[in-house]
Amino acid sequence: MERGCCIVDLGDTKVLAQVSGKIEEPKKNRPTEGSIIINLELSPMASPAFEPGRPTESGIEMNRILERNIRDSRAVDTESLCIVAGEKVWSIRADVHVLNDEGNIMDAASIAAITALSHFRRPDVSVMGEEVTVHSPEDRDPVPLSVHHMPVCVTFAFFDQGEFLLVDPNRSEERVMDGRMVVGMNMHREICTLMMSGGMLLVKEQVLRCSQIATVKVAEIIELIQRALDKDAQARQAGEKCGFAESVPTNKITTNRKEATAIDTTAAAQQASQVIQEAGPVDKPMSNMLVQAPGTVQIGEGLVNTWDVDDEDMESEEKEGREKSVTNGREAVATSKPTERKRPVKAGEGTVSHAEGSDSEEEETVMLFQGDDETKSTEEPDSTALMQPSNSDKPAKKKGKKKKAAQK
Amino acid sequence: MAGLEIISDQGYRIDGRRSSELRKVCARMGVFTQADGSAYIEQGNTKALATVYGPHEVRKGRGKIQHDRAVVNCQFSMATFSTGERKSRPKGDRRSQEMSMHLRQTFEAVIVTELFPRSQIDIYVQILQADGGNYCACVNAATLAVIDAGIPMKDYVCACTAGFIQDSPLLDISYVEESAGAPFLTVAMMPKSEQIVLLEMNSRLHADNMEKVLDLATQGCKDVFAVLDRHVRDHVSESHALMTAS
Repeated sequence: MERGCCIVDLGDTKVLAQVSGKIEEPKKNRPTEGSIIINLELSPMASPAFEPGRPTESGIEMNRILERNIRDSRAVDTESLCIVAGEKVWSIRADVHVLNDEGNIMDAASIAAITALSHFRRPDVSVMGEEVTVHSPEDRDPVPLSVHHMPVCVTFAFFDQGEFLLVDPNRSEERVMDGRMVVGMNMHREICTLMMSGGMLLVKEQVLRCSQIATVKVAEIIELIQRALDKDAQARQAGEKCGFAESVPTNKITTNRKEATAIDTTAAAQQASQVIQEAGPVDKPMSNMLVQAPGTVQIGEGLVNTWDVDDEDMESEEKEGREKSVTNGREAVATSKPTERKRPVKAGEGTVSHAEGSDSEEEETVMLFQGDDETKSTEEPDSTALMQPSNSDKPAKKKGKKKKAAQK
Repeated sequence: MAGLEIISDQGYRIDGRRSSELRKVCARMGVFTQADGSAYIEQGNTKALATVYGPHEVRKGRGKIQHDRAVVNCQFSMATFSTGERKSRPKGDRRSQEMSMHLRQTFEAVIVTELFPRSQIDIYVQILQADGGNYCACVNAATLAVIDAGIPMKDYVCACTAGFIQDSPLLDISYVEESAGAPFLTVAMMPKSEQIVLLEMNSRLHADNMEKVLDLATQGCKDVFAVLDRHVRDHVSESHALMTAS
């Protein structure tokens, strides 16, 4: 999959081409020539306008233009693809997939196709009498295709019955254009294909002007292609990694540096002091606050526990818990003290009953287990307390009792 | 075929024409009674048949209805016996679909569709014998058929091919010259205003020669127009004579 792969980014339009080769029987009327097949796939991945299944009319038109551009203009020599005349020839297939459609798929596809064909290497074949040996890449280096010239398409969009002309239209421009013209040209200023359609009326001068503009554009594009091919060849020789994953830029920000800027905070400070002055005295803090865990305070009592647990079961569990807590009294004292110190105490009038609780159901099972094995209690100070979430009356009160028992 | 010269030393082509001569054009209008308009055209050995139905109500697919103009529907097909080897897929392959689409775009630009909102015009073209210039024969036949159907058009649409071989442009390429690999240009245009409706080029042509070939093709279209126009006028005057006589 490495050789013969080309990705083209034309603005936001992304196109991928991959070339593959197969040995087949030649066509009856051309026994000494191989075949080049170009297939353009417009998948719904590229744009919601494309539907899966049968290609649309525009898809077929683009495919035909690509075929005419490369195949009918003899860009790749087909006679050299012959292995045994009349029996075995190479059939080279270029699959062009549109990954993202932001306009002008035609240009991107043509660049991708011809570059991929230039990049491709086919296995070397030797014929000795009747025997045909296809050498693997390890055996003999793969052989490039003989590409005579590189035809590249340039698309023009016309507006207002040919009065305005845009080169390389993007998606929004394509949707409102009157008609389009595609000119396929190579480095030697030979027009390889020309297609004007779309229900528009043009005059001869406009056509000639387009071909002149195309000459300039094609020269630039082919230079870019050459540079990319050379860079890839160098990278392969140096043994660096190359291929699809390497060519996609990561666009990562690896460092960020900003110089310190002085900020004038006097205005903000004045505003803040004003706000403080204008604010009234703080209200009395509410009573009956339960600090459950560092950073969590419960004010008031919660609703009835609606977790499908019967009250009877809860009571029995409570009894169990109480018993266990009594037996673990000493440990509870030992462990609860450090935790009490850690907990930020919300001062206020009224009783503040510290309760440790956690919502973890796991703790519940641990506690039961703990009843059997007392030595493990020191690990989890929270488990000595109630494990039920203190949203219900009974557990909260239970906690209070337990604590009092423990502290005594 | 390798020994044949496209242009001989005296400047004659394989079929005896000069480089800027059209092939002989024979046309008949009103060949079918069922269709609203029909025409048959022979350009040298290329024979094409066209029928037009419409404007009528949009039958298939309510989604195609245009509220302000008519929808033009074209279908191109080549008979299986039209080429040297039997053609297994007369329609549905990519080439035919592309041709159908080009025909449709050509006629949508030329027919005054604003006069027939919410209706459909069908154009069916069949190639009976293919000897180069298939698309041109189709367009010319369809023009005659549309005129026969009485559907108003902005102008005639005439099509012609022009090629470039051995440094000289040739008009109206035949199949033998096409398969020799020479570049050729297909032009469909409105002859009076010289506006190009469709332009298509195959093989490689140098940009400097483009203008020469385009000029020759324009001239060829005008010649085709002259022949078609004379035929239409003859046909109409004959029908008129028949009607007034009885």
